[in-house]
Amino acid sequence: MPAADSHLHPTRPKAPAEAIARPRVGVAKLTSCDGCQLTILDLEDHLLEIAAAFEIVEFPEATSNRSSGPYDVLLVEGSVSTPEQVEWITELRRRAGILVTIGACATAGGIQALRNWGNEPAWRASVYPRPELLETLATSTAISDHVVVDAELRGCPIDPHQLLELLASLRVGRRPQLADEAVCLACKRRGTVCVVVAEGIPCLGPVTQTGCGAICPAFGRGCYACFGPKEQANVESLAAWFAEHGVDETSVPRLFAGFTAYAPPFREQAERATRHAHGQKERTDA
Amino acid sequence: MHESTGAGPGLVPPAATGGRDGEVRFEVAELTRVEGEGSLKLVVRDGEVVEAQLAIFEAPRYFEQLVVGRTPDEVIDIVARICGICPVAYQMSAVHAFEDLFGVTVDPAVRVLRRLLYCGEWIESHALHIYLLHAPDFLGYPSALEMAADHRDLVAQGLRLKRLGNRIIEVLGGRAIHPVSVRVGGFSRAPRRRELEALLPDLEAAIPEAQATLDWVAGLEPPDFVRDPLLLSLSHPHEYPYNDGRIVSNDGIDVGPDEWGSAFHEEQVAWSHALQARSHSGEMYLLGPSARVTLSPETLHPLAAEGLARVGMADEIRRNVFRSIVARGVELLHAIAEARDIVAAYAEPDVIRAPWTPRAGVAAWATEAPRGLLFHRYELDGDGLVRHAQIVPPTSQNQGAIERDLAGFAPGIMSLPHAEATHRFEQLIRSYDPCISCATHFLDLRIEEAGEPAP
Repeated sequence: MPAADSHLHPTRPKAPAEAIARPRVGVAKLTSCDGCQLTILDLEDHLLEIAAAFEIVEFPEATSNRSSGPYDVLLVEGSVSTPEQVEWITELRRRAGILVTIGACATAGGIQALRNWGNEPAWRASVYPRPELLETLATSTAISDHVVVDAELRGCPIDPHQLLELLASLRVGRRPQLADEAVCLACKRRGTVCVVVAEGIPCLGPVTQTGCGAICPAFGRGCYACFGPKEQANVESLAAWFAEHGVDETSVPRLFAGFTAYAPPFREQAERATRHAHGQKERTDA
Repeated sequence: MHESTGAGPGLVPPAATGGRDGEVRFEVAELTRVEGEGSLKLVVRDGEVVEAQLAIFEAPRYFEQLVVGRTPDEVIDIVARICGICPVAYQMSAVHAFEDLFGVTVDPAVRVLRRLLYCGEWIESHALHIYLLHAPDFLGYPSALEMAADHRDLVAQGLRLKRLGNRIIEVLGGRAIHPVSVRVGGFSRAPRRRELEALLPDLEAAIPEAQATLDWVAGLEPPDFVRDPLLLSLSHPHEYPYNDGRIVSNDGIDVGPDEWGSAFHEEQVAWSHALQARSHSGEMYLLGPSARVTLSPETLHPLAAEGLARVGMADEIRRNVFRSIVARGVELLHAIAEARDIVAAYAEPDVIRAPWTPRAGVAAWATEAPRGLLFHRYELDGDGLVRHAQIVPPTSQNQGAIERDLAGFAPGIMSLPHAEATHRFEQLIRSYDPCISCATHFLDLRIEEAGEPAP
């Protein structure tokens, strides 16, 4: 099984070799809320044009027509969280020319990746009366942990403008123009007053990749990193800054334990925080 | 379970399923035009329905554990992710539960804005279901995209209405899916008057389009299927049920929104480990637009009440679930008309976010998701962190009634060609607008081995 380290080196969208006249598009889902594929249907003003420009051959949420491939382009939402999905994504990879992962579940494991810190068996038992009947993995992981991914759209959910840009680029055979800077820059451009500076609200904007339009600060709250870490995010430094500036110590780890918690920089921060807490406890116990 | 995905429409002829003599099986390995992943299986033996299953193979995500140790505002963000189609419903049931426990009274304008936010979700969800998911069944297309080739203006109208619902959510919460502004005590930001006023022309224009939608769906010919179901929804003396009201049924249930557990329970059915909800007397009941239109017609917006009277289908909506598309049409008109009234009268709240202090206790509330009553219950500690959670989504409450209706519907269509009958079963399931990704309790249901006698 090919493994891509796209967490460490965020996947760079590759340009298709050439434009395909009317690409055959599939949409598939693993473990997720359906919100990212709904974003396709939320492109209401463009949907009929999209359906003309692409041949949508597989999209169970929207059409009863089915196709097992091959697909020129396959959009996949959701994380890998069951043994069947490990096999299924490998099979889907074979059937797809260009495989695009869409959303925080597919690109980082999603909120359900919080179980990756070893809680899964206990959680299963607490939610379901007959846990032995469930076939799930102990982890929820990004698709790029299992197969090579050609492009990704971040976000929980993905942004409709980025989706449209991706589709347009695929149609004409060029590289999609997707911002990879921090939310902070989008905030400045939008003219939003910094919620950290003005109101002391913890905000993950400095370490989070934009693409959302910097919605949260514009709506008077801190960014919660649903687009995941930006490249070279200095998470440890931001966490230390929060702690020094009066953010309750117990709440700092929770800030990073969100919808992209298992993306490496956030994951490492969670693990540092755990080690720190253990160290504190050992000192107290001693 | 995913071996079926992408492998074709999943219509399996009876000969291929290993059925015994005298046995006919109807199976759809992956239902389409529903939210999430589910399958249908119906077994008829010697003319008797011996098995009717709406099986769910959506992978579990353990949301009731994901929220443990989190603050109320974090919970609002997290539970939205249970469903990409109805995130507002999850945010609403949670925020009301916490405010009820903390004794927070929100600004009256905040309360109105929450109704507006819910209007947005209802408009989006109902337009999606009517036009993109359900209408193709009645008109004989695999999807709305194919339907648009022959009915472009109709599909374009549906997409315009859907867009309008999304725009309302975007103005209030920043984005259409998983909006960000709902906080305990109110909102992190309230819209300026001019932002909402910008929606007014399109809301006005949408009212005749919603009226036309209702007339159109009332003219769609439903399969003949009449029964007398137990219906359940919130009910409020002055408001069509969204965020607030008592839980009532047409057989006399009447409990507070925090008292779901006193009237209902979840149980595990013998052939499945899916949890299904029942009343304490063991009754299966049905939630959603048909229930609300039947139980609360007097609080419909006057334009929606007039529309319902014009199409004259109140009784059919109650008795034939294929008429749920008409109930959805009534509610689409209601939500657009109410949204217009709210926007036209909007004054910005004095207190956008009321202060609150956490306290230990049980936070429980129910609101009306587009597809029915959504109950949340959280146990909080003294720091306001969640210690235990129970989330009962509408589809897990409807599942039992859906299966019973599948069995009840079967005798009337058994004589149809097999593929046609299978399609009718699928259409029946779509009538409930099942939201399978919502149903956190729905799991990888084990289908019995072909030929093995049903329990």
